[in-house]
Amino acid sequence: MPAALAPVLAATAVDTGVFVVAAAVILSGAVGVVTGRNPVHCALSLVLTLFGVAVLFVAQDAQFLAAVQVIVYAGAIVVLFLFVIMLIGVDREEDVRAEPLRGQRPAAIAVGVLGLAELLGLARFHHWVTGTPSGAGAASGPGSNVEKLARSVFTRYLLPFEITSALLVIAVVGAVVLARRPQPGPGGGDGAEANEANGAGEAAEAEAEPASR
Amino acid sequence: MTVSAGWYLTLSAVLFTIGAVGLLVRRNVLVMFMCVELMLNAANLAFVTFARQLDDIGGQSAVFFVLVVAAAEVVVGLGIIVAIFRRRAGATADDLNLLKG
Repeated sequence: MPAALAPVLAATAVDTGVFVVAAAVILSGAVGVVTGRNPVHCALSLVLTLFGVAVLFVAQDAQFLAAVQVIVYAGAIVVLFLFVIMLIGVDREEDVRAEPLRGQRPAAIAVGVLGLAELLGLARFHHWVTGTPSGAGAASGPGSNVEKLARSVFTRYLLPFEITSALLVIAVVGAVVLARRPQPGPGGGDGAEANEANGAGEAAEAEAEPASR
Repeated sequence: MTVSAGWYLTLSAVLFTIGAVGLLVRRNVLVMFMCVELMLNAANLAFVTFARQLDDIGGQSAVFFVLVVAAAEVVVGLGIIVAIFRRRAGATADDLNLLKG
């Protein structure tokens, strides 16, 4: 049945092409992150990788996660990275030749290659995917991906979902506390205690520093 | 949907390895942090692949939570990095040795 087979073959070619292109984008971005001298270039390579992963999410019928990946990762997290790079300055380039631990870099690369070979070798002799479905619901079938994911998150995983709200609040409060500039004088009202704690930490460090040099 | 799960998982493993090696090799704290993000993305890719292969939406829910935790982690981590850089400009990971015995 060549007439019926042709669309299938075309679909296969498209899927394979999408995968190959996305994989090339992902890997080139990842290599760019690791080898880039300038942190800004690293951040932009990271965007490349994140977009590639989003494409593969779409290719695997995870449309909601692809959208979230682009919005949260590429839109928020990378921008946060860029803000921090701007805050602390980009003029400092890493001295790649300086090696405080002799032989640490070759050893790291060797360990990485060994781990990868182990992973792929293990997978070569076993099935990639085993196990039973968790019962959270089917990923395929009628209904949109968003609907199924929402049903899973808001019923079976409701408690973890609620806990993430606490996690986010804690993270925001922690970031604000960390980013506070310790004020020299007595701060007004609520912040006085935090300022005192900060000041104590600074004094301790000032004491410790001459000893370490 | 015709590319087999093995290829996706191979890509995920390679991406994770690049991230892990980058984390070990680089000394710039920001770039090390980006390498952690690479590893998280490799894990997410594996999760989605398993979700497709086992026909189980639970894998995608896991990715959702990983995204939330990654966002929180980045916020706190970058806050720490800014706090460190405010005290000592130009610090790399090797300069942070206050706890060295």
